[in-house]
Amino acid sequence: MTRGLSPFNIVSLTFGFAFLYLPIVLLVIYSFNDSQLVTVWGGFSTRWYVSLFHNQQLLEAAWVTIRVGVVSATLATVLGTLAALTLVRMGRFRGRTLFSGMVYAPLVMPEVITGLSMLLLFVAIGLDRGFVTLTLAHITFSMCFVAVVVQSRLLSFDRSLEEAALDLGCTPARTFFVITLPIIAPAIVSGWMLAFTLSIDDLVISQFTTGPGATTLPMRIYSSVRLGVKPEINAICSILIAIVTTGVIIASIATKRAEAERLKAERAAAAGR
Amino acid sequence: MAQKPAQKALGPIRRSFAPWLDPSAVPLIRFEKVVKKFGDFTAVDDVSLDIHQREFFSLLGPSGCGKTTLMRMLAGFEQPTSGRILLAGQDLAGTPPYRRPVNMMFQSYALFPHMTVEQNVGFGLKQDGLPKPEIADRVKEMLKLVKLEPFATRKPHQLSGGQRQRVALARSLAKRPKVLLLDEPLGALDKKLREETQFELMDLQMELGLTFLIVTHDQEEAMTVSDRIGVMNHGKLVQVATPGDIYEQPNCRYVADFIGNINLFEGTVAGSGGGEVRISGEDPAGDFVAASDAGLEAGAKVTLAVRPEKMRISIEAPPADARNVLKGEVWDIAYMGDWTVVLVKIDGSEKVVRVSRANMTRTEAQPIAWDDRVHVWFAPDAGVVLTS
Repeated sequence: MTRGLSPFNIVSLTFGFAFLYLPIVLLVIYSFNDSQLVTVWGGFSTRWYVSLFHNQQLLEAAWVTIRVGVVSATLATVLGTLAALTLVRMGRFRGRTLFSGMVYAPLVMPEVITGLSMLLLFVAIGLDRGFVTLTLAHITFSMCFVAVVVQSRLLSFDRSLEEAALDLGCTPARTFFVITLPIIAPAIVSGWMLAFTLSIDDLVISQFTTGPGATTLPMRIYSSVRLGVKPEINAICSILIAIVTTGVIIASIATKRAEAERLKAERAAAAGR
Repeated sequence: MAQKPAQKALGPIRRSFAPWLDPSAVPLIRFEKVVKKFGDFTAVDDVSLDIHQREFFSLLGPSGCGKTTLMRMLAGFEQPTSGRILLAGQDLAGTPPYRRPVNMMFQSYALFPHMTVEQNVGFGLKQDGLPKPEIADRVKEMLKLVKLEPFATRKPHQLSGGQRQRVALARSLAKRPKVLLLDEPLGALDKKLREETQFELMDLQMELGLTFLIVTHDQEEAMTVSDRIGVMNHGKLVQVATPGDIYEQPNCRYVADFIGNINLFEGTVAGSGGGEVRISGEDPAGDFVAASDAGLEAGAKVTLAVRPEKMRISIEAPPADARNVLKGEVWDIAYMGDWTVVLVKIDGSEKVVRVSRANMTRTEAQPIAWDDRVHVWFAPDAGVVLTS
């Protein structure tokens, strides 16, 4: 199936990719712009990257974002995994439908509403807005994503593996840690990564639930853009793009390698040797 | 369940081994009136069964007949709704699966995908807290037993189906359980490998002196490996007997029909005497004489069951003293190599009778062909009279 591309294909492909990636390419190019004005090219320079590392506010915001991301993703993963286990393993208990509805509600809830209701809750119980409330809010909305990912893995889990472990003298608790957990680990890891990504990316809910001293990077970027776009923003966005791209490339290479390894092993096994 | 000892020696596989005939023998496993219900559905219906030490016992039946549920209750994964299960005289109720001295080989093999072959086989021993060198020795011994030594460090996905099956077997044998439970152990293997493995299993069982309980829907497999077979249907244990008795002395239509091929003739008892019973056939196929010492009353509805290989067929008229003679036309012929199966449509009837002949010579003077007129007959003691 090596058909050449028709002119129509080439044109639509070019336009398609241009539409998707041109803004990003422009952003990266302008991050090396020497000019103060974002849209006027003034020659190549890396000065915005340098000034970025002297911008205490931005660095602080980045640090807050990472801390909130790690803490909230970790806790959301634990809670989401427990929720998924309950939904898949506990059978039909009283209130199961209600429970599953509540677990998945944040998935479809408009962010503004989630944010606002959390704010009202924190005010009502007199919890000072800051790092803690921000983290709690992030756990709340990212937990359901972890639950979805882990639940789908658990549904395809062969229960006879656990039965085999029990049969061989392993207690139920030990079985969970030595059999179940290692096997569903990939789903838990991707659940964590999803939660982490959602957390560092979130703007709306963070706006509602944060307080002084806990400004995240998206909030900082958003507010500085409102005061006029400085080329520094382009620089930090370029860095974020570089990090994400590297992550995606590494992940896809790892997956491909594992797949190739698996295929090779299977072929060897099928050959009987 | 009336289970009478075999009257005739019908070729038991291991003549010397028949503890179930000894009334003083203490069974290793005893199911006592076991019932298991899932909601309204009765999966296992009042099953009582004794299995003896060193026995190779098969539970045979179609899918959904309750055989797997019965086994899972012994392993501890299901609790009986009522009744008791005893192992070596001890009631197993309340003993969780991880404290029962039985091990199971799962239909899916259930190999731990994140562990190597060695780790899989040694898993049970590790749970027992055995010292490491001892585990290593035992694992090596087990791998040698199933001829998988070169694969010790492979992961399950790097093995072929047959190899996985052997790992699962080694893993379930490693703890030297009192009873090994095998749930459709050979279902995933191809025919040739399956046959080989059946003999390996038998050898292994003899060698280790263990008690095997195997669940299968494959009657050939059950016949090959077992000392005794328990045939199940709709949660009930229909017949428990040696493979020979199951085949030659089925106790009801269901067992006769389920195991192998059989010709069934419906009829009513016309009279009996001298160890024989006269049956007037319902079908125009005719009347029959069958050997039976059961006191059957005239008018009782019975089924005469005759195995295809116990029927004779010829184009010429049968000998003068032949009884139970039927005439018909050859309907179909299936040449199987060792056997030829001939289907004969009986004159004046819709009945098609199945006759099989061993192909003892390479050439035949006058082979039976399609549409030939033939005679089919069988001796009075060739058939079994079934009342249910």
